[in-house]
Amino acid sequence: MASVTYEHVWKRFGDFIALNDLNIKIEDKEFLVLVGPSGCGKTTALRCLAGLEEISDGAILIGDQKVNDVAPKDRDIAMVFQSYALYPHMSVFDNMAFGLKLRKVPKEEIRKRVEEAAQVLGIEHLLKRKPRELSGGQRQRVAVGRAIVREPKVFLFDEPLSNLDAKLRVQTRAEISKLHQRLQTTFIYVTHDQTEAMTMATRIAVMNKGVLQQLDTPQTLYDRPANLFVAGFIGSPSMNFFSGSLRKDGANLFVDTGDFAIKVPENRVATYMPLAGKEIVFGIRPEDIHNPTFAPPGIHAEPVEAKVDVTELMGNEIFLYLVTGKHSCVARVDPRTRFMIGDKVQVVFNMDNFHIFDLSTDRENPLAVR
Amino acid sequence: MTLSIMKQGRWTPFLYLLPALVIMFIFIIYPMANTFVLSFMDKTGTQSAAVDCMPGEPCWGVLENYRYALTSSDMLTALRNNASWLLLMVPGTVLAGLFFAVLADRVRYEALAKSIIFMPMAISFIGAGIIWRFVFALESGGGQQIGILNAIIVGLGGQPVAWLSTPAINNYALMVVGVWLWSGFCMTILSAAIKAVPTEILEAARVDGANEWDVFIQIMLPMIMPTIVVVTTTMVINVLKIFDIVYVMTGGNFGTEVIANRMFNLIVTDTGRSMAIAIILVLLTVPIMIFNMVRFRQQEAMR
Repeated sequence: MASVTYEHVWKRFGDFIALNDLNIKIEDKEFLVLVGPSGCGKTTALRCLAGLEEISDGAILIGDQKVNDVAPKDRDIAMVFQSYALYPHMSVFDNMAFGLKLRKVPKEEIRKRVEEAAQVLGIEHLLKRKPRELSGGQRQRVAVGRAIVREPKVFLFDEPLSNLDAKLRVQTRAEISKLHQRLQTTFIYVTHDQTEAMTMATRIAVMNKGVLQQLDTPQTLYDRPANLFVAGFIGSPSMNFFSGSLRKDGANLFVDTGDFAIKVPENRVATYMPLAGKEIVFGIRPEDIHNPTFAPPGIHAEPVEAKVDVTELMGNEIFLYLVTGKHSCVARVDPRTRFMIGDKVQVVFNMDNFHIFDLSTDRENPLAVR
Repeated sequence: MTLSIMKQGRWTPFLYLLPALVIMFIFIIYPMANTFVLSFMDKTGTQSAAVDCMPGEPCWGVLENYRYALTSSDMLTALRNNASWLLLMVPGTVLAGLFFAVLADRVRYEALAKSIIFMPMAISFIGAGIIWRFVFALESGGGQQIGILNAIIVGLGGQPVAWLSTPAINNYALMVVGVWLWSGFCMTILSAAIKAVPTEILEAARVDGANEWDVFIQIMLPMIMPTIVVVTTTMVINVLKIFDIVYVMTGGNFGTEVIANRMFNLIVTDTGRSMAIAIILVLLTVPIMIFNMVRFRQQEAMR
């Protein structure tokens, strides 16, 4: 068990900057998820911590020990790879025992630990099999088992669920969360799937193009995204964006998208007044756009005219793809809604939950906690 | 459609096979059969080998040529030499190939390094033999040594060595040439096998606590073992048939005779004996071929 610290970490591949001054302090026993689109540097960050890549600059600490020059085998970490990377010529038992044998753990102890881990993961009956005789889900468990028998200071997961089918992925997600509860060890988990990040993490680090965008709890990330990138990345379907400007009219502020103008509620005017007259992006999540008939009472509703482009019935809800002049957006509305494709309809925006991003200062959200 | 298949009958497939069968018969089956028959004939190939029997000496009758191939002192030397070629050159090439493949995998100028090591394979074996005859050359009249090995030895103040005519060392000198020629071949195939080992598996082993030696012995080696076996058996067959190096460099003199060289030397003067040696050579290679094929089939079945 240990904390992990990235201090001004840079990683360059020739001219390409994979990690750009990365600073993260991961607390002991934390479940940190590194998330971002492919090529954002999240896997590189993990591999640098594992010692599989050398960092170009800065320092990585495990506990209080600087590990820049420590070989992977001496870092006391365990890693679950995307491809599982099981040793194909060894039985499941030997796969799990490999790390312990190298550490000269007594045979009896190895057997005990492997069997214990196998039981936790429900793979006791597979111990004598070879990896090629296992299904994808079983292989994934063996890979996790191989990591947990080692009882390392830190667990690293590199997109461990991406090769599983959707149903198994949801199930395994919960199991990994449970495992974290049980082991009480630092977990660092890389994924490109924001749902995985949201459901499992104690904190999420959102990365893009090698730069850390925001590091916070899932709820904060969702409610107060630091910038346009985080706002668009976290949440599914993602937040709707309308480019426009912020118009001042006396003591009032209006978001003017060219298609429609919405009054900024009084309690938020002070926050956004500094942006008055500037180019901005207005953001609102799909669940904050309602069919007026079924809008929950008490919300700060502002009407907007739109044309229905596509409707997708999900059963418990309907996704409406709407066009408002030059912008389009998605609304998640009540399933009783009976809008038809091509209808000109009125929807309401819940102005209790919206975001305005300042285009002049790196698309930042004044709402985000600094 | 159905009608035409029915019309084709059961013999039609053989019609399609016929061209291949004819070519195989002319170039493989007939020569094999002819070799087999000739191996029981005398040196002219017209009467039974039994006519060569001398009164008062051992005689195997129609198998007289096989008596020569298996018991004569010439052939015993050749068989013994072939055995030591197998024992030294097969491990020599495979280990050297593995060594170069592993090293090349870890350097930046891998393609260049591999090309250079593979280069001898591009030279004709005859040419290679001639090159190495220069390397081993000995100027016995006290003149300047033009062979690089002896030039170095003399330069360091030593006595020049008759590399190719001293029975205690000439076989090993020839094997060095064999290893030089063939390690590039082994390296290329083993290198492809090493490349096929997923990087993530090696990385997993490193994170698991393995040092580079553990990774090589416990992960890499078992994973490329099927390829090592294939390369080894291929080399066994190649070495059993070794000919060009010996033929060019010593002509089989000074106790360097090998099976294939003996066969070649007798082909004009004594067809029967030559053919008997050929059959022996085939009988030695066939089990290895079968082993290779069985293994290959097992591996295919495992996929």
